[in-house]
Amino acid sequence: MDMLNIALPKGRLGEKVYSMFEAAGFECPAIKQENRKLTFENDSLGIRFFWVKPSDVSIYVERGAADIGVAGKDILLEYKPDVYELLDLDMGKCKVAVAAPKDFRDNPKRALKVATKFGNIAKAHYASVGREIDIIHLNGSIELAPILGLSDVIVDIVETGRTLRENGLEVIEDIVRISARLVANKSSYKFKTDMIDRIIEGLAKEVALASKTKKEQI
Amino acid sequence: MNVYSATLGKTERVIYKLRGLYEQYGYSQYKMSKFEEYDLYVRNKSFLQSASIITFTDTDGKLMALKPDVTLSIIKNSKDTEGGVRKVYYNENVYRVPRGELSYREIMQAGLECMGEIDAYSISEVLGLAAKSLSEISDEYVLDVSDLDILSSLMDELGIKDGQRSELLCCIAEKNTSEIDKLCFMNSEAANVIKALVSLKGGSDEMLEVLKGRACYDEACEFARTLSMLQTQFGARIRIDFSVIDDTSYYNGIVFKGFVRSIPTAVLSGGRYDGLVKRMNKKGGALGFAVYLDKIDQLECDTVEYDVDTFVQYSNGDSADMVYSTVEALTKKGERVLAGKRIPEKLKYRTLIKLGEE
Repeated sequence: MDMLNIALPKGRLGEKVYSMFEAAGFECPAIKQENRKLTFENDSLGIRFFWVKPSDVSIYVERGAADIGVAGKDILLEYKPDVYELLDLDMGKCKVAVAAPKDFRDNPKRALKVATKFGNIAKAHYASVGREIDIIHLNGSIELAPILGLSDVIVDIVETGRTLRENGLEVIEDIVRISARLVANKSSYKFKTDMIDRIIEGLAKEVALASKTKKEQI
Repeated sequence: MNVYSATLGKTERVIYKLRGLYEQYGYSQYKMSKFEEYDLYVRNKSFLQSASIITFTDTDGKLMALKPDVTLSIIKNSKDTEGGVRKVYYNENVYRVPRGELSYREIMQAGLECMGEIDAYSISEVLGLAAKSLSEISDEYVLDVSDLDILSSLMDELGIKDGQRSELLCCIAEKNTSEIDKLCFMNSEAANVIKALVSLKGGSDEMLEVLKGRACYDEACEFARTLSMLQTQFGARIRIDFSVIDDTSYYNGIVFKGFVRSIPTAVLSGGRYDGLVKRMNKKGGALGFAVYLDKIDQLECDTVEYDVDTFVQYSNGDSADMVYSTVEALTKKGERVLAGKRIPEKLKYRTLIKLGEE
C-alpha cells in the first residue's frame, strides 16, 4: 500500500495535534513509545508520522517528503510555501503582533527599526500602512532587541503576553491571528485524494467537537 | 546506430517524444537566441516565475538578459497572422532561480504556443496535447483545468470588490476554505459558492450544479463541453479544479497545471494569455503551455544496473586487430562495450571477456 507521510511539528503543539489524529481514528501507537526512532508507521492504516522542527514542516510538505503536515499560520505567511491549506485545526492559537517598550512613541521622521524572525510578515504589514522600516532579522530572544536599543519595536508571536510584560514591553498593534493548519502537497493531493480527504473529514469533526465543548464550558 | 535506453536519461527520452508529438499536430520548432533585451522582462515581471534575471551589458551598451522565459520572446518576435493560427513548439534552456532555491539554474523547458484566432478546437487541441505530454512522462498523471473568466464573472456577480480579489484568489489557490469564510464573512452567499467551487472533485456536472442560475452559467456549459469531450478520451485524469490560478492581468479563460505521481510540484503549466498578447500590441489571442523538464529527473532510477554490458580486457600481447574486431562484433550485437587493460575501479559490467584466455 502507498504510505501517506505526515509531518508533525515537534513540541507541545505537535503532541496535541497527534492526539487529534488519534481521536479521529488515525492512530499510530508506536509514536508513544520512548525511543530514538524518527518515523512511526501504522501499516494497517497506511500512514507514517514523523516529527520535524515546526518551521520545517512546510518545507517537507512543499517538497513532497511529507504528503500532509501541520504548520502554524505564521510559518505559512512568512514562507508562503506552494501547498494547499486544507483545514484550520483551531489549536495553537496566538497572534503575530508589534510590541514595544511601554514608553515608546514612534518617530515618523526616520525608518522604524523592527527586530523579528518574521521579516516577510513585518514587511507586508508596514508596507500596507506606508511606514518605512529597517528590518533586523533575529533568530531568538527577540524581546531583548528594544531593551538594548537594537530596535524600536519587535514583531513576534504573542501567546499570553507574559514574556513581554516581564521585560517591560507591551503589544501596540496586532498584525494577524494564527493557529495550526493542515497543509498538503499539491501533487500528493491529486494522487492520494481519498486518504487525505478521509483525514480532513475526521479532523474537521474533532475540531467541531472541541469547539462545541469549549463553548459549553463557557 | 543503436540508441540504448540506458544511454538516454528519462528527460532526454521525454524530449524526443514531445518533439515528435508536437510536430505530428503541425507545430513547427521555434529556435531563439539565448539573450533578450532586459526591458522585455522588466515590463512583464509578474508574468515570470521568478523575478531574478541574469543581466549583462552588450557591446553597444544595451542591457541584456539571459532568457528567464520563452513565451515572452515568442510573442514579442511573432508576426501578426491575418486569420488562422500560428503554431510553434520549443525546447530551450532558460535561466532563473527556481522557487525555494537560492541560486540560478539552467533549466530545460519544452512547450508550445498557439497564436492568432483561438477557437474551441485550438483549446481542445492544446489541452489534449498537454494531457498527451504528461502521459509521455508518466502513466499516472492529472491535468487540472480551471477557467479564470468563470471565476471573474462569478466574483463580479457576488460583489467581491477589487481590493479583496487578490486575497481571495490566493485562498482559492490554496483551497483554503477557512480563510474564504473569514474573507467573505459579510457575504455568506459568496463564501458558500466559492467554497463549493474550490471543493469540486473534478466533474463537469458537479460544477454546473454549483453554477446553476449564475451569470457565468453559459460559459460554464461551454467549459464543461470542452472538458467532457477530453474526459471521454483521457478519463478522469483531466479534472476541473478552480484552485489553478494565474495572474489575471495576463491570463484569461482556461488555465491548467499538470502533475505526475512522485514529483511534488506541477510539471506542466499553461493557459490562455490574451492579456499578454494585447500588452505587446499584437492581434488575436494566444494559448500554450510549458513542460518543466528539469523536474522529470526526479523520476530517474536511483541506481544504474550496469555501466557497460561487456568489459573486454586485453594485455600487451594481444594485437590491436583482435581487440578491435572483438569490440566491433559485440557492438554489432547491440552491446555497450568498454575495452581496456585494467578494469576501472567501481565499473559495473555484466560480462567480462579476457582476450588472452579465449
